[in-house]
Amino acid sequence: MSTPLVLTYVGFFVMAAITLGGALMAVSARNLIRAALGLIIALIGIAGIYFVLEAEFVAVVQILVYVGAISILILFAVMLTRGLMKRDLPAQNAQWIAAAFISLAMFAALLYVALSTNWRAVETQVAGDLIPKLGTELMTTYLLPFEAVSLLLLAALVGAIVIARE
Amino acid sequence: MLDEYGIVALFAFVAVVFPAIPLLMAWVIRPKKPNKSKRATYECGLEFEDFPAEAQNVWVQFRVQYFIYALIFVVFDIEVVFLYPWAVAYNALGLFALIEMVIFLGILALALAYAWRKGLLEWT
Repeated sequence: MSTPLVLTYVGFFVMAAITLGGALMAVSARNLIRAALGLIIALIGIAGIYFVLEAEFVAVVQILVYVGAISILILFAVMLTRGLMKRDLPAQNAQWIAAAFISLAMFAALLYVALSTNWRAVETQVAGDLIPKLGTELMTTYLLPFEAVSLLLLAALVGAIVIARE
Repeated sequence: MLDEYGIVALFAFVAVVFPAIPLLMAWVIRPKKPNKSKRATYECGLEFEDFPAEAQNVWVQFRVQYFIYALIFVVFDIEVVFLYPWAVAYNALGLFALIEMVIFLGILALALAYAWRKGLLEWT
């Protein structure tokens, strides 16, 4: 099931453009609600990149969890904060030079890792449906991490509730 | 695999173009004679300026309960992510997997029980 390489490239660049556009909107918008909407666009673009990479499950999870739940949480947090929505805030403050420096350093480090890694092409493709295999692996090989996730979620929710009640 | 997304791309294209065409056509053929009444913001036939002052303030603070509900929703949203591959593989897995999932759900139910016990599910 190979896809023409051109189609993959077109799909990737369209989704990357959506992601970058959303990210630019998120950092440059003066209204926090607009910034949150820009973040949602960027997250949808990342889900699109997962689709292009044929990782459908991760893509659907990305939309379900990040676009569906996390962004709603961010929007509620903005709407809960009195006075934050009303006035337009400046998109930059005195720390922008330090932020730009750290971002550039991070980008350089990621670029170095990406270029120096020996990316090997996968020779064998997993046959058949992936979701049942994922479920079986989750229930056998990765059982302990799977159960640990529920403990992690429990701790996260209890901690979040304690902070939210303050 | 990606070829099957041709259909999805087609649907996305139609979904964008289909509502855009009538808007564009309306913009082209409509007469452009604005006046104060036409440009007014209105709701149920009332102009925005006629509303009482407290109703004009639309940027109100939301209740904190919305945030708590969204917080709990996030956890159970992630739970669905793990339930789905388990449910698809269920027939091949047998009883032990069912017990594993019950333990998983039980631990998460403790989180809901904690929120309930703290009275966070009450709408005050």
